Amino acid sequence: MVAALLPEDLSKRVQELAKKRPEIDPADIIEVVESVMTSISGDLSAVNLKLYAEIESLARFINQAKSEIAALRPDEIKDEHLATATDELEAIVGSTEQATNQIFEAVEMIESLAPTMPPETSEKITAAVTSVYEACGFQDITGQRITKVVHALQHIEGKVEGLLNAFGQEFQRAPAGAKADGGKKLPPGKTARPDEHLMNGPQRPESAISQDDIDALLGFD
Amino acid sequence: MAAIDMNMPVLIVDDYKTMLRIIRNLLKQLGFHNVDEATDGAAALQKLRDKQYGLIISDWNMEPMSGLQLLQEVRADQNLKALPFIMITAESKTENVLAAKEAGVSNYIVKPFNAATLKTKLTSVIGNF
Repeated sequence: MVAALLPEDLSKRVQELAKKRPEIDPADIIEVVESVMTSISGDLSAVNLKLYAEIESLARFINQAKSEIAALRPDEIKDEHLATATDELEAIVGSTEQATNQIFEAVEMIESLAPTMPPETSEKITAAVTSVYEACGFQDITGQRITKVVHALQHIEGKVEGLLNAFGQEFQRAPAGAKADGGKKLPPGKTARPDEHLMNGPQRPESAISQDDIDALLGFD
Repeated sequence: MAAIDMNMPVLIVDDYKTMLRIIRNLLKQLGFHNVDEATDGAAALQKLRDKQYGLIISDWNMEPMSGLQLLQEVRADQNLKALPFIMITAESKTENVLAAKEAGVSNYIVKPFNAATLKTKLTSVIGNF
């Protein structure tokens, strides 16, 4: 009767054991097996409960994170702020180039007058003009630094876009009239250049090497 | 050493027109008036194959072909491999200089640079003028 409480396969094994070892009471075996099964079942329930609690906690955390991210308005960040930032930076490059060209026009005109001056004056004019040319190199460096910033912003924009795509309709998108991406990303199918890893751009003074250091590395002079 | 032909064609390559203008004007002051321009490596390579130049001065960071790629193409071309090639660039890390050296650069000037440095490096590459 007790054996009926056990699963069928275990019951059969207990009966076989009883035949082999008649001195052992089958009821004792069944009692031991039952208590083992009871303890295992109890542990399984505790494990399940703990697991469910962890998953529930994780789900709450994810929902809260989504709410906080949505509050940041990633659609607005991408479609307005980042777009504005890159546009402004590119405008800076354009306007400094325009200003530099104006400087060049004036300086080239002055330089053209140098041969008509007395030698000492001509020499001074040429030296001053050369100094202006050297200084105008700032526009190139500025432009490259700004390009680095623009690339960083585009990278951020890509991450925000990924976030928006991951959460889909949960994050409200900007209205249709919002500024679209200006096509600054790499075209589809375009791969990075082989020397992309060396494209570091202008360095901060504390991390750049000097012309003397370069000469020493090359060992040409 | 043979006298330098001051009328030799020089090709300058940079995607910033301001820099092209600076280099052109400084070369003019040094006596080099026969100067052509290109705004990226690919366009420069085409010019190099269309006309014989005595010197090329190139930026590094350009699209679609960088100055380093241009240098590699020049050194790989039987007709161009001996061409003096000076890199003028804002890339100022050691790894950049070593990469350019390995690719066969004739000399390397870091931006911002001055007229005296340009003259010194030109002299070291093409001789006194």
